[in-house]
Amino acid sequence: MIYRRFLGVPSWEFKGPFAELERMKRQMDRLMEGWGATYQKPFAGVFPLINLTETKDSFFIRAELPGVVAGDLDIQATANSISVTGERKIPSENKEARWHRREREAGKFSRMISMPSEIDPNKVDASLVDGILMVVVPKAEVSKPRQISVR
Amino acid sequence: MADSKDIKVREKQELTTPAEQTKPGAVFTPQVDIFETEKEITLLADIPGVKSDKLNIDLRDDILTITGDVEPVESSAEEDVLIEYETGRFYRQFTLSEVIDQSKIDAKLGDGVLRLTLPKVEKATPRKIAIKSA
Repeated sequence: MIYRRFLGVPSWEFKGPFAELERMKRQMDRLMEGWGATYQKPFAGVFPLINLTETKDSFFIRAELPGVVAGDLDIQATANSISVTGERKIPSENKEARWHRREREAGKFSRMISMPSEIDPNKVDASLVDGILMVVVPKAEVSKPRQISVR
Repeated sequence: MADSKDIKVREKQELTTPAEQTKPGAVFTPQVDIFETEKEITLLADIPGVKSDKLNIDLRDDILTITGDVEPVESSAEEDVLIEYETGRFYRQFTLSEVIDQSKIDAKLGDGVLRLTLPKVEKATPRKIAIKSA
């Protein structure tokens, strides 16, 4: 499992011009690790950041989307990918407000997540609770692990 | 529309506390907006995953502390495939320069955003000062 985590699955079949550089960077990171440097998380550079986990039957995608309303989210599924598109709106405040800090960002976002194996796009289920999006993605029958009995 | 730009990704900012935490786990700094009107100070903080009973707002001696714990949501049967963000505690502290009316503080939590309204006490609201010519 650790191996997959390092490679930043699920999108490593997309080999862009920087794939080779990325590979070298990863090798360097792995070398550096022994020298006390901390391990860098795989970072897609696209909002929102996601966590992808799996069980035998499904994948779970989670993303932090505070302040996003379910109506402003659009989730689409194909046989091997999920796309999450939406907009985060921050309602404008009182005209006479004077700002001390403005760190929260509004805007559009769109992310494509390619799944490590085939999924069942008809049974994808998404919920948005307390600013956390959770998408339950059932695996297609073919990609479910099968118990093989040894005779 | 001015705000239709794309959101840039930002990694969650992990807090490096000078003092050690008693509770193990990561601590993050939430992104906040703070604005002030003549009557009140409003603070908006992004704290996704914090339930209202796990949120603690404390104001004492002009120091406002916001602490929110995020319970791990993954079930034990799940295996990690790709982990781009960690969850843990949200923590942030502010020193308030104005005197706040503690009894009228109002906090709302919805969709992972905290909205905290801190009304100023009467005498702290600015008054126009008339300058008399000598």
